[in-house]
Amino acid sequence: MRRELPLAIAFIAGVIFFIAYFIPHPPFNRFENWFSDWFAIVAAFAIWLGALNLMKISFIKVIRKKSDWLHALLIIISFVIIVVIGFYEGYRGLHANPPFSFRDPGTAFDWLYVNVYSTLSATMFALLAFFVASASYRAFRARNLEATLLLLAAFFVMLGRVPIGDVITGWLPRAYQMSQWASWIMNVLNTAGQRAIMIGIALGLVSTSLRIILGLERSYIGGD
Amino acid sequence: MGFWDVFGIWLASALTIGIISFLYRDNIFYKACEAIFIGTSAGYWFIILYWDNLYRKFWTQATDPTNPEWYVPWFGFVLGVLILTRLFNKIGWLSRWPLAFIVGAVAGLYMMIYFVSNAMVQVSSTIMPVFTGSWVDIIANTTVVLGTFCGLVYFFFSKAHTGVFGGAARVGIWFLMITFGASFGYTVMSRMSLMIGRIDFLFGTWLGMIR
Amino acid sequence: MRARELIVSGLIILFFLACYFFSPKPMEFSRSTSVLIIFLLAAAFVYVFIRTFRGRFIGRRVVFIFVGVALVLPFFMKFPLPLQISPEVQSVYDALEKLPPHSKILASFDYDPPSAPELQPMAVAFMKYAFEHDLKIIIMGLWPQGPQQADQAIQAAFIENPDLKQKTKYGVDYVNLGFQSGYEFVILQMGQSFKSMFPADLYNTPYDSIPLLKNVSNFSNVDFSMNFSAGKPGTAEWVQIAVDRFQLPLAAGNTAVQAPMIYPYLKKGSKGKKQLIGLLGGMAGGAEFEKLTKKPAKATTYLLSQSFAHVAVVIFIIIGNVAFFREKKGKK
Repeated sequence: MRRELPLAIAFIAGVIFFIAYFIPHPPFNRFENWFSDWFAIVAAFAIWLGALNLMKISFIKVIRKKSDWLHALLIIISFVIIVVIGFYEGYRGLHANPPFSFRDPGTAFDWLYVNVYSTLSATMFALLAFFVASASYRAFRARNLEATLLLLAAFFVMLGRVPIGDVITGWLPRAYQMSQWASWIMNVLNTAGQRAIMIGIALGLVSTSLRIILGLERSYIGGD
Repeated sequence: MGFWDVFGIWLASALTIGIISFLYRDNIFYKACEAIFIGTSAGYWFIILYWDNLYRKFWTQATDPTNPEWYVPWFGFVLGVLILTRLFNKIGWLSRWPLAFIVGAVAGLYMMIYFVSNAMVQVSSTIMPVFTGSWVDIIANTTVVLGTFCGLVYFFFSKAHTGVFGGAARVGIWFLMITFGASFGYTVMSRMSLMIGRIDFLFGTWLGMIR
Repeated sequence: MRARELIVSGLIILFFLACYFFSPKPMEFSRSTSVLIIFLLAAAFVYVFIRTFRGRFIGRRVVFIFVGVALVLPFFMKFPLPLQISPEVQSVYDALEKLPPHSKILASFDYDPPSAPELQPMAVAFMKYAFEHDLKIIIMGLWPQGPQQADQAIQAAFIENPDLKQKTKYGVDYVNLGFQSGYEFVILQMGQSFKSMFPADLYNTPYDSIPLLKNVSNFSNVDFSMNFSAGKPGTAEWVQIAVDRFQLPLAAGNTAVQAPMIYPYLKKGSKGKKQLIGLLGGMAGGAEFEKLTKKPAKATTYLLSQSFAHVAVVIFIIIGNVAFFREKKGKK
């Protein structure tokens, strides 16, 4: 039952969505609505699982004083602060007159979102700008025809999508300026390649989905 | 601007510089900022999901006396609670049921939407009258059809890439390389944009040097 | 901490404090200063080229400094730049222009703060346009941060045009339904009923009590849809479900990372219809949209910095390849 019941659940869920696509009438549309509702709730719990698992691991690190336990303690403190403020502001907003959202400008939760969370997440990803340039300088080489095509396409797109490309090629007729080349590469050459990739992925996904629904693919269940 | 607004900007600037200090080398300021980011991120998602999903969607529907299907969300709630059993080794196997539900539902939905939107519609868009419009349009249409076909030929690994078939696969690789080059160019644009946003904050909002 | 790290940290803090207390606010370089800076940068690149050509690659931290300078200094320069409108951006604007006043637009904000520099300017421009043309906006998000980013876009639109704040009323001209987890299943369910996924708005006002949502039960009651997306779930999922299954007219604004993958949806299908009406791709797309709405703002300001950064990356790639070919020739 530990393996059979999950396979049966996956089969039923998959078949309902498959049939509802062709027969959007009762009872299939009703089941589709129910399952979509349940999916939304389960997805919320799944993300909660991630957050709680992080806290579990961090607590263990702090209690057992493993390496980086201070790091883990900081994670726990940050988590607790924003959760407590979130619950407090949410409860306060619910019972206020008129009610307000815990996310509204002026709330402590919004203050943390703007000044801590947004800032940190934006800056983390912003570092990639420097690494892209450094990696390009050190590793991006036109070793063969294919790599050269990749490089040339990148050049035209990088310069054509910003005004500097038209400044450099401003002496050419409008139809031959860099922005037009970049547009042509994106709308014609890129579209062709992306379309081939899209179709390939779609066909692969259909076969994998069928394998999952029919129970041939069982890796998601894990071991006993 | 009140005290908390000014304090917030200074705190955000300090956190920004702490993260950027990683460019020099890994250091304790960066590690501290990283830990705060991880904890705040987990807490943010925790709260949003509680109020938006569990309270606003599940609880209001499940406890609404005018809702004839009030019992339906409770099944989802039970599945959700089962997924949390993964935190405990002894009863963790119960989480397979909601996991199977998620995997099965996604497989069933994706099978149709990807096949229709990403395969059928794309194929029908490729099978188009090529020789219509100006000579520029004819060249563009021919290129799209040729590129899509040759790209698909390249991905067909059941036959050896030799002869005419191999030639078509080679042309397919060229189109794919141009696609990856275009993606790389756009990726550079995206990454630079992220840093531009931070610079606008540091030199504009904090230091006031940008108009 | 080692002494060198302490010194570097101290210097960085001193630099920023000096900028805070002693720099002119705002700071702007004159034309001649800007040209001089460009010449100095060019000279620095020539030095890097000569060094690399001789087989001595510069360290990664020097590359970081070049990129930093290329990103920061253009903020203080003023160079008018030509900006051409791409056809996919023009399509978005033309579709919005065709909407009569009081049309209902479903705006999905599917991005988080890291993508804000690219998507927030186009979101602000869209909000300004919508409120000025009396279009009604139903806001939602498939990403948890989306509704908050939407709120920030609305506040920014009100700051830039205070008359809009007087003119618009929450619940009548716009409403924020918030976020729902469930990825594409949210879109699927919305095809049947918005209320089933969003029984109340952000302020817990019941769906049926909101004036704007009267007679809005699913996609068929919405005249247009705009999606701001940074990844998954995003534009692709909206096309796959809302457009192909429920025939919702859709335009999108995407980050530059995602935009190339969305181009196939812009082509006309066998029935002569496009899956996606138009696309604002990255910061450049946002700047083009600002130009079309005749309100240049953040995206347009950022373009000079973007241009310098792209030129820097291109030059670094060229320098690296010249050295590579020279080394290859030397080995032969």
